Amino acid sequence: MSFFRRYAQNVGALVGLAILVVVIIVAAAAPILYPVSPWQGIGDPLLGPFEDSAFPLGTDMLGRDIAAGLAYGARVSLLIGVISTAVAVLIGVSLGAVAGYYGGRVDDLLMRFTEFFQTIPAFAMAVVLVAIFSPTITSITLAIAVVSWPPVARLVRGEFLSLRSREFVQAAIVIGQTGPRIMLTQILPNAISPIIVTASLMVATAILTESSLSFLGLGDRNMMSWGFMIGAARTMLREAWWLSVFPGVAILVTVLAINLIGEGLNDAMNPHLRGRKG
Amino acid sequence: MKTLEFLIQRLAKAVMVVIGVVILNFLLIQLAPGDPAAVLAGEAGAGDEQFIAQLRAQFGLDQPLYVQLLSYLKNVIAGDLGFSYRNHVPVADLILERLPATLLLTGSAFVFSLVLGITLGVIAARRRGSIGDSVIMTGALVFYATPLFWVALMAVLVFSIHLDWLPPFDMETVGAGYTGWARVLDIAHHLILPAVTLGLFFTAVYTRLTRASMLEVMNLDFVKTARAKGVPRGRIIRRHVLRNAVLPVFTFASVQAGQLVGGAVLTETVFAWPGIGRLMFDALLQRDYPVLLGVFLVTATVVVAINLVTDLLYRIVDPRIEATG
Repeated sequence: MSFFRRYAQNVGALVGLAILVVVIIVAAAAPILYPVSPWQGIGDPLLGPFEDSAFPLGTDMLGRDIAAGLAYGARVSLLIGVISTAVAVLIGVSLGAVAGYYGGRVDDLLMRFTEFFQTIPAFAMAVVLVAIFSPTITSITLAIAVVSWPPVARLVRGEFLSLRSREFVQAAIVIGQTGPRIMLTQILPNAISPIIVTASLMVATAILTESSLSFLGLGDRNMMSWGFMIGAARTMLREAWWLSVFPGVAILVTVLAINLIGEGLNDAMNPHLRGRKG
Repeated sequence: MKTLEFLIQRLAKAVMVVIGVVILNFLLIQLAPGDPAAVLAGEAGAGDEQFIAQLRAQFGLDQPLYVQLLSYLKNVIAGDLGFSYRNHVPVADLILERLPATLLLTGSAFVFSLVLGITLGVIAARRRGSIGDSVIMTGALVFYATPLFWVALMAVLVFSIHLDWLPPFDMETVGAGYTGWARVLDIAHHLILPAVTLGLFFTAVYTRLTRASMLEVMNLDFVKTARAKGVPRGRIIRRHVLRNAVLPVFTFASVQAGQLVGGAVLTETVFAWPGIGRLMFDALLQRDYPVLLGVFLVTATVVVAINLVTDLLYRIVDPRIEATG
């Protein structure tokens, strides 16, 4: 059965994909749907949801449109989620590949390093990093990448360690291919599916981390984000529940969709494992 | 490996991690944009040149970098985590005063999530494919995707604001002056919402893990043998499957200790819980970097200590484990 067929058999994964496509479209179309900046108050303050048909999700204390905030927030969440994961995968794959392929002392050293980063509390470290380097979209993305690469490194190391002794790798060594070339062209393509599955789940975690950081006030001041909206609405919880409910639902739905996609990918790429986890 | 040798090895590793974090903190101060003295002072005297110059001399910032690092390490080992110029208190005092509240919160959340997670995981695995299984697994999926701080806010909205069952803020009733058991009950009453909301995400993790682990063990030969012998189903689950399936859950729980402590920053912020997480949030608002770095170091130390204890407990619980390096 083809990969797509196997993926399509999983209802949850299809639902997840559909939701994510909608979120991506909204994020991409945000400037068209809401031409006015989400920071600008354009309605009466604290309109409840459905009170005014122009603002179906209501407005906040400064009359800013919640729906516009959600649309622009989707851009930030997806952007940071994807880029920080890409950076983390790059770091993790490089370190893991070198450790697994060369083994010995290099492996020992790199794994100690990885273990160190895995032991220290990730979120606390992200908070410290962003706070010290002042919150910008770059520092947030890098901080999330720095705290999330260790699992990738361990995974890749394990894969490389077991693939290294396989015959096709031995053959490549015999015909004189160099280490980096073998790692990139022989081993990596064979280890790619678990990396993709892990990466897809990491995007979800990165979005959660980003929202937590901006909830604490460590978001980029120039970009509207879901976590920031909830953080700003915290003190208004009693008076205006919709300010914090809708952005939270947006995070929940997006993260859930990505997790479902990740599990679908896992089932489709490793059919022999099906049913073990599900 | 002898137990003593193992103990020393693990202890050395733990110390190395803590020293690593200290060095990391040092590097962060150096790499931070702006004058390190200003960073350490929390930019308190932004305009006051004399104050900064005095600090620079006090921190030895005119010395070579490795001398600075050594003196920084020496200070930390002596228990000196720096001085909070915002609060005019040594950082170590601030943190020690707040630490018990955080340990109470994270400890309760940990026990809650482990007990509930394993229970739900066992129920789901036992009735695999049933409605109960679907409900439990859907719930786990949803809570796994929900931001911690948002669950906390929604819990306040429902249980404090609308139903008025549980207090939304603080650790005890201010000014009530309870003593003895009345105080314990009061704190417990305040603890329910923060501990449960912090624990729900981890409950979801442990539920999924327990179920997967149970299903894996249930397929093993010795379980078939037990079934063939006619051992009752409930007894197989309890004595044969669960005992073997629960170990990976514990390992994972220990590794996740760091996440739990990190999550406390968010939970404590929402519930105004007087722990080090709340302290970290206040330090963020005030740009009080010595406190921020101090809290980071202490959380890392707590996590290392938890991992160390779990490693040791492991050898008692499962003598088969010949732990290596």
